[in-house]
Amino acid sequence: MMYGYAWDTTTPLTFAISILPILGIGLLVTLKAAAVGYAIALVLGLVLALLRRSRFKIISWTVAGFTEFVRDTPLLVQLFFLYYVLPDFGIVLPAFMTGALALGLQYSAYTSEVYRGGIDAIPRGQWEAATALNLTRLQTYRDIVVPQMVPRIVPSLGNYLVSMLKETPVLSVVTVLDMLGLANMIGERTFEYLVPLSMVGLIFLPMTIICSALIYAVERALPKSGIPLR
Amino acid sequence: MTWTQYLPPLLKGAQVTVMISLSSIVIGAMLAFAAGIARTSSNRILSGIAFVYIVLFRGTPLLVQLFWFYYALPLIGISFDPITTGIMTLSLLTGAFGAEVVRGALLSVPHTQLEAARALNFSKTYTLWHISMPQAVIEMMPAFGNLAIQNLKDTALVSLISIADLTFQAQSMRNITLDSATVYTLTLVGYFIIALCLMLVVRFIEMKLRRGPAFPRSAHS
Amino acid sequence: MNPIIRFENVTKRFGALTVLDNFNFEVGRGEKVTLIGPSGSGKSTVLRILMTLEPFQEGHLELDGISYHEPNGHGPFKASEKHLHKIRCNVGMVFQSFNLFPHMTVLRNIVEAPVAVLKMKRDEAESRATELLRMVGLYDKKDHFPSQLSGGQQQRVAIARALAMRPRVLLFDEPTSALDPQLVGEVLGVIRDLAQEHDLTMLLVTHEMRFAREVSDRVCFFDKGRIVEQGDPELLFSNPQQPRTREFLSSILGEQAPARESLQRVP
Repeated sequence: MMYGYAWDTTTPLTFAISILPILGIGLLVTLKAAAVGYAIALVLGLVLALLRRSRFKIISWTVAGFTEFVRDTPLLVQLFFLYYVLPDFGIVLPAFMTGALALGLQYSAYTSEVYRGGIDAIPRGQWEAATALNLTRLQTYRDIVVPQMVPRIVPSLGNYLVSMLKETPVLSVVTVLDMLGLANMIGERTFEYLVPLSMVGLIFLPMTIICSALIYAVERALPKSGIPLR
Repeated sequence: MTWTQYLPPLLKGAQVTVMISLSSIVIGAMLAFAAGIARTSSNRILSGIAFVYIVLFRGTPLLVQLFWFYYALPLIGISFDPITTGIMTLSLLTGAFGAEVVRGALLSVPHTQLEAARALNFSKTYTLWHISMPQAVIEMMPAFGNLAIQNLKDTALVSLISIADLTFQAQSMRNITLDSATVYTLTLVGYFIIALCLMLVVRFIEMKLRRGPAFPRSAHS
Repeated sequence: MNPIIRFENVTKRFGALTVLDNFNFEVGRGEKVTLIGPSGSGKSTVLRILMTLEPFQEGHLELDGISYHEPNGHGPFKASEKHLHKIRCNVGMVFQSFNLFPHMTVLRNIVEAPVAVLKMKRDEAESRATELLRMVGLYDKKDHFPSQLSGGQQQRVAIARALAMRPRVLLFDEPTSALDPQLVGEVLGVIRDLAQEHDLTMLLVTHEMRFAREVSDRVCFFDKGRIVEQGDPELLFSNPQQPRTREFLSSILGEQAPARESLQRVP
């Protein structure tokens, strides 16, 4: 019994159906974690990408080193780091927020590279033309850089959303009751892991497939007339 | 306890991490070639099996796969020790992602090369191994490098099925000392160093493959 | 003398597009035939069908007495891979874009197929390759990779590679179209030498009209998947009978004449 739903272990099928509402509650947590984490990754990644372009070598190098470090170390250890170390500095966050922060941090390293690639792909001549036309820095970014950048970066950003979605179960390790966390709990109580764990996999599968398809659709629908993509 | 005293157990864990990562990269690469080639095969059954494998393992979270093999499989009478389970799961995952890399690289070989091979009467198998593959392998290397790093990072999850890898050792150290900041910083640095070594190995292999005038760098974007 | 190649009412479609429509065509043993015509007229398709790179839907085609379709053949080619293999033993092809294997040296490019397909001994294949490389004037490049050669040199190697398989029929699909103008001559020189070989049947698709006139026994003008006019090169070029032929020749010769003049001015 969990969240007021009782399970029925008579057959695998009845078991699967009876735990569906519980896993549904976990699914909401999973989606929420991915949404918060992705928002952090999008914003933090942009900040990192812009800092990387800083004129001060110390800043750009530090940021470059930091992103490389975050990219090449495991999410799980970063998660433990935040979960156990932040409280030592007096920052006490709920497990869910720590988890979303860890996801966001790891993926900001990826998204910053995507932004950077998107900015770098804009030919030098475009910046020079913007200067020649006396556009301000803001106008240059808003009217010249971003419109050319977006169609290039959306596919990669989208793929990282799918990857992140698949990494959210790691949050269950720090007591977040997402889908996997609940499935494990059901397993512990019923000594029956096969059905709950298979169900989690079966719910993820269409989710990631649909997400990938949606990203592909968005990618195709984006206005990119005149922009060479490669 | 000073931080130098944390090192011996962490190094022991790092050895396990490297062992698991390397073996699952090697097995994963073999699976990747098998499934990637099967995907490009004209045999519908082979290609179909490879497709299901790739979709299944790419579409579900590694941690779910790992727990499934570790907790669920034994319930239907199939069980392996944790290390085998860990290596097997990581290999299958790396293989599924690698298969798409192999497939993409094989498809990127210009079709004019295949026509020339056909005009010279090479068999399909011979064309695959002697004409397409040598050209495709070089295209695969950067993506394989990324997969290797991803694999290394993914190994951290095996600590959750009681394998004494680097992350597992870090957890035990923290539980004893409660010195979270030092332990986890050392652990992260440890992973970073292994990742850098892994990158060097991949670069070295790519350089070896690319050596000589057959594939000038300029032809590669 | 019975022909080595015989197309009988061959129809080839790409989806809704009919490329060859009830096509009839014969080539005699040792004959050198040039196919000319506007792009998309089906002349390259004839070569690609002969090389079994493209299937055709209807009609009958045979090469050296072997029919392309098998009586109970399946798949797009209506023949087994084994049967196609047998056909290809008699045909070789030189491509517009050379298509050398970039990961093999010049020598290996030539030796590979005789060893792997004809099961020739490696040293035997190498001495034959050496001979061929001397013939195309590239023996000193034998250990180079294709990327280190000019386009003209690559194409000469490609010709040697095709010859190493001892084909009875050699197909040239616009062999000089991808070359810089100053490199065309060396490749045409090699083909001109080959045209002296009595037993070798040659089919050549080209836009080099002067060369076609010089080396071929017969020129066929293609338009819309049919041969509109064919015959002795001297006659066809000097006195074309069909208006389409006249139109094509004047357009292409008009283009080539000034180009050649400007070339001659370059020291």
